Amino acid sequence: MTHLLSVSDLGRDGIEEVLRVAEAFAEVGTRPIRKVPTLRGKAIATLFFEDSTRTRLSFETAAKRLSADVLSFSVGASSVKKGESVRDTVETIEAMGMDALVVRHPSAGVPVQVSRWVRRCKVVNGGDGWHEHPTQALLDCFTVRQVRGEIEGLRVLVVGDVLHSRVARSQVLAYDALGASVTLVAPGSLLPASLEGWPVEVTDDLDAALPKADVVSLLRLQAERGAGMFVPTLREYTARFGLTARRARLLDPDAVVTHPGPMIRGVEIASDVADLPQAVVTRQVTNGVAVRMAVLFLLLGGAM
Amino acid sequence: MAERKRSNRGRIFVPRTQVLSAADLHRALVRMAHEIAERNGGLDGVVLVGLQTGGVPLARGIAEALRQAEGADVLMGTLDVAFYRDDIGLRPVLPEAVTEIPCELTGKAVVLVDDVLFTGRTVRAALHALSDFGRARTVQLAVMVDRGHRELPIRPDYVGKNLPTRRDEMVDVSEDGVTIGTLQ
Repeated sequence: MTHLLSVSDLGRDGIEEVLRVAEAFAEVGTRPIRKVPTLRGKAIATLFFEDSTRTRLSFETAAKRLSADVLSFSVGASSVKKGESVRDTVETIEAMGMDALVVRHPSAGVPVQVSRWVRRCKVVNGGDGWHEHPTQALLDCFTVRQVRGEIEGLRVLVVGDVLHSRVARSQVLAYDALGASVTLVAPGSLLPASLEGWPVEVTDDLDAALPKADVVSLLRLQAERGAGMFVPTLREYTARFGLTARRARLLDPDAVVTHPGPMIRGVEIASDVADLPQAVVTRQVTNGVAVRMAVLFLLLGGAM
Repeated sequence: MAERKRSNRGRIFVPRTQVLSAADLHRALVRMAHEIAERNGGLDGVVLVGLQTGGVPLARGIAEALRQAEGADVLMGTLDVAFYRDDIGLRPVLPEAVTEIPCELTGKAVVLVDDVLFTGRTVRAALHALSDFGRARTVQLAVMVDRGHRELPIRPDYVGKNLPTRRDEMVDVSEDGVTIGTLQ
């Protein structure tokens, strides 16, 4: 594999390989010196055409812990503002001798386009529009496996704004590939027009679904993508689809609650619930670095 | 360890001559354990580190022999050097098993344990990796087989068996003993 554009590029074996290598990198994160010389001399650029806190920092931390050089591109401070196209921007950055590009863009498909334009760079999808966010799904699986031991046979609920969520699409592919069963819990207005071919069940009754769930993946209501217009009010959304303190009591004690961040406390998750032991949000962030180290290593170390 | 990895690329190991039997291998382990205790004046501050994957069972064997000889447990860890190798990108390199260093190594006497010493590149990577866990007072190297063909200035402190080989031969170390053969 030359790029990581979609979870479907990996297949079950590929996902398991990433998770296995990520375990070794997670150990590196516990050492007194959290850095290995593995990608010394490689250069990695993060091209973010959309805002991000954790994904960009996580990729850059991962690259630095692998001893790669990191170049950080933000559209706000670039010649894109002067009208330079994405293609010219990519070609310019590659011409500086980059080995990998991590691309985030508000439009679906941009990382795939970028992968056609580059000559020798590896391209990693850091989130494209409503399409996919493969490393997020991989780190979710890594975290769930760390807590539960195994993903095969788990019942996963993906709750909330599925329509606008690239995380949901990657999660469905990853959890399904690893043998979990996925149920989407969302109002009809926040589901894609067609779910044909999605290996999922669908419900809008969170109270009924929660007690049987092993994993509850909460999604943020994506206000910047106009999600507010798809629900009558935020309060009504929270009342029906938020993980409130009352609903949290329905959870199995061994259930795992994940959230890709940023969390909007009080909307999709109550503040007290975000701090419960079942909620593994900060652990996801820690694991995200190890998983992204694994992805960069497998792409640039010549083994993928 | 480096050798076994190469053997897994679709080719199979064809044994030719058994060089050490299981009993010989055990005797060598016990001797090396005694040498380690002798050189270090006991087990104080000694940490055995088995290189993944071939060195780990040997490190366990040495630890067991030391327990019987000295009546005390020696600290033991494991180390996977994949991330420190100098051939990343030249061939598929993947971590094989866990790294678990039991304590900070500053001031300790570390004994690296591996099955076969060949080019010395795995040991070079291991020395680099160890330095990230602290500044050991001394690092010593114990190998079951030294087969020659060094590409780096590295020499072992404790050797089970010196075994002259051809470069294209392959040395297999397991609990059944040491066998020399070829990959086909």
